[in-house]
Amino acid sequence: MLEIKMPRSIDLKTAGPFVALIALFILGAFINDAFLSSGNLSNILARSSFIGIVAIGATFVITAGGIDLSVGSMAAFISGCMILIMNSLMDHIESIAVLILIAIFASALVGAAAGFINGLLTTKAKIEAFIVTLGTMGIYRSLITYMADGGTLSLNFTVSDVYSEVYYGTLLGLPYPVWVFLSVAIIGYVLLNKTVFGRHCFAIGSNEKVALYSAIHVDRVKTMTYVLQGVCVSIATIIYVPRLGSASGQTGVLWELEAIAAVIIGGTMLKGGYGRIWGTVVGALILTLIGNILNLTDMISNYLNGAVQGIIVIAAVYLQRGAWRKQVAS
Amino acid sequence: MPDTPKHKTLFSAKSLVKSFGEVQVLSNIDLQINCGQVLALLGENGAGKSTLVKLIGGYETVSGGTLQLANQAGKLEPLDTSTWNHAKAEAQGVILIHQELNLAEQLNAVENVFLGNEIKRGLFLDKRKMLELTQEYLSILNCDIDPLVPVGRLPISVRQMIEIAKAYAKNSTLLILDEPTAVLTAKESEALFQLIDRLTEQGVAIVYISHKLDEIERIADRVVVLRDGELVGDYDAKTLTKDDMARLMVGRELTNLFPTVAPADCASEVVLELKNGVVPGLISNASFQLRSGEILGFAGLVGSGRTALMEAIIGLHRFSKSSTLLVRGKPVSFNSLAAARDAGIAYLTKDRKGSGLLLNMNLPINFSLFSLHKFSNGLINTKQEEVAFSDAIDTFEIRLKDLSINAGNLSGGNQQKLLLAKVMAAEPSIIIIDEPTRGIDIGTKSQIYHFIARLAEKGHAIIMVSSDMMEVIGLSHRVAVMCRGQLVGILEGEQKEEHEIMRYAAGLESQLTEEGEQACA
Repeated sequence: MLEIKMPRSIDLKTAGPFVALIALFILGAFINDAFLSSGNLSNILARSSFIGIVAIGATFVITAGGIDLSVGSMAAFISGCMILIMNSLMDHIESIAVLILIAIFASALVGAAAGFINGLLTTKAKIEAFIVTLGTMGIYRSLITYMADGGTLSLNFTVSDVYSEVYYGTLLGLPYPVWVFLSVAIIGYVLLNKTVFGRHCFAIGSNEKVALYSAIHVDRVKTMTYVLQGVCVSIATIIYVPRLGSASGQTGVLWELEAIAAVIIGGTMLKGGYGRIWGTVVGALILTLIGNILNLTDMISNYLNGAVQGIIVIAAVYLQRGAWRKQVAS
Repeated sequence: MPDTPKHKTLFSAKSLVKSFGEVQVLSNIDLQINCGQVLALLGENGAGKSTLVKLIGGYETVSGGTLQLANQAGKLEPLDTSTWNHAKAEAQGVILIHQELNLAEQLNAVENVFLGNEIKRGLFLDKRKMLELTQEYLSILNCDIDPLVPVGRLPISVRQMIEIAKAYAKNSTLLILDEPTAVLTAKESEALFQLIDRLTEQGVAIVYISHKLDEIERIADRVVVLRDGELVGDYDAKTLTKDDMARLMVGRELTNLFPTVAPADCASEVVLELKNGVVPGLISNASFQLRSGEILGFAGLVGSGRTALMEAIIGLHRFSKSSTLLVRGKPVSFNSLAAARDAGIAYLTKDRKGSGLLLNMNLPINFSLFSLHKFSNGLINTKQEEVAFSDAIDTFEIRLKDLSINAGNLSGGNQQKLLLAKVMAAEPSIIIIDEPTRGIDIGTKSQIYHFIARLAEKGHAIIMVSSDMMEVIGLSHRVAVMCRGQLVGILEGEQKEEHEIMRYAAGLESQLTEEGEQACA
């Protein structure tokens, strides 16, 4: 009963993204028999997990009234760091597993630090999150291009062979990334809905002044949301690097927009104060499904993928606003 | 000035109603305002005087009833109440001077007097003409200042005079003054009264709100009394004595409204003490002691620094190094509200909608927000939270049919009770309440007074910041008065009285000492 909810319109809002997901699923099944093949389904889940994990971090940032545009470049930058670290330590460390663990550890560290910088600049330097993360977005993008010298950084093949297991390996028939996605979602759900930190995120996004007068460490909590976002980006990167084994200036391009789209489709309010982890998960699945269905049909060109996604985002927000306005008027 | 015959009706309101949400603040007001007369509006705080004049002046929209205003020929014509606003009102000579002054502080007196009403010669401003006229108006008001200084640098009483000159410049036919003398000295007030005499000679209608009964006796032709949003009487001023006016205004014994507060115990512990409190730019000097079981009122004009002082105590502003804040004898310095809360100090904001409650969230979430750490061992214990919330509903008498609504849909009174419940959930021993009853109905007011008295009885130490003179006097053991960032005096006993408090608040008197006041002299 005490869960944070928007009364009255809650049912429609919770159900909305799920209904859309099921509708897309049925549509996919009708369009092409291959859609329901286990290979395709696990592919959809695995592909959603990158954006999904990043979007779970974004749910915290947005719920607390912030925004992070730097996640795509950050992912590329972290990928680059991981590859450089593994390649350069190759000759010094025997065990490839240890090597990979070191890279994973470094990745988490870089992600947390990058998020911390975003948080610090928004809270202490009092610069709008949009501007701060627009700036860091450019910085990380440029850094990865510089690190790759304008080309592509490739992971050493020996390491790559071992590491690729993280992306291609399965447990109980599901790829590892799906398990990671699920775990991050569960932890995110508990953190957002069952802890003091999560409650404080809602309060800050809803009204920062009220939060301040309620003895909430507003700056600390906001900074923590960016750190969480950074860690989520790092987790997504850890499962992304073994997929291609490379990083370039084109890695993670537009991830920030896809992540924000997933959050918004899921019913989280962009202005803050209300967030839903499961909605975000569904949002990420919907985005991947659209691409997948367009791949499997000739009716609409696959090149229009972005257009369809855009229409879905706008429609989702339109529905959200409509419900929101009624809520205020009642 | 238009040549209107005296005592002809200039403005009339019929069955006027005003509601804010579900709360009706004015009901069925019938009022006539006549040319060349001073009509005094009397009533307690919250009786609806300011709301009524805001409706007339077009600063609030009318919820029901009709308004009529005389045209050039002196014939009453109905106004379209749905589109009546202050721009239209001013264009027709209906001018309201607010309690809180409305001047552009960066501009000088000339620019303010002619703001939006500038005199032009061709394409350009006629600065010389405006300067001459401003000087003329100010000299009528015996106000001898340099009209080219930004008004923000002038004392508040002078600003009030400039505000009046501004209304004069607009050739008003109906001038409404909401407590104009609250910030004026006796001499300045007299200059204002002479101007009012002059205006009424010219046929201007004046509506005058003041709590100072001798002023009303001096200038009013008619007295209209409001009580709890209703017009309860319309009298010829000559027939009333000051005692009559006081009786009509209150209309009931004050003892019904305020609980009997046990006398302060001089032997009880000093729980909070501020020595030489200075906050750069906000507070220049404040010292006081607060004992457990005591209610210390804080009076003063808007902007006198009361809220800033309280926010400094709870850690939102920094005291300078020379200041000492002691909690139970130990020097403290809070760097966050959480630190103050953990030391047992809680602050109830005066802005319950802007900084008190999450209006789009439900009641339990609002209730536990200030003390959430108490309900969590890693995960929030929602059972415990729910139990505490339903206890608080009983304790603070939050009466609701539907407990699942959002805080924004509560009435002002219930919001205030919820805010009180929220703060008390942290079990503070020192409670600072800023404007405890602003904008809530009289019944809930009384309930809140009783809560506060009960808290004091249980040994909590309470600071009550309030602009409502009656509640400051009716509830506090002692009244600290602030003026322009200074705590200028702490009044008790005989001195704890409206006129005396006002004299301190306006800066006419001060008992500043180096050491600060002793709690029980």
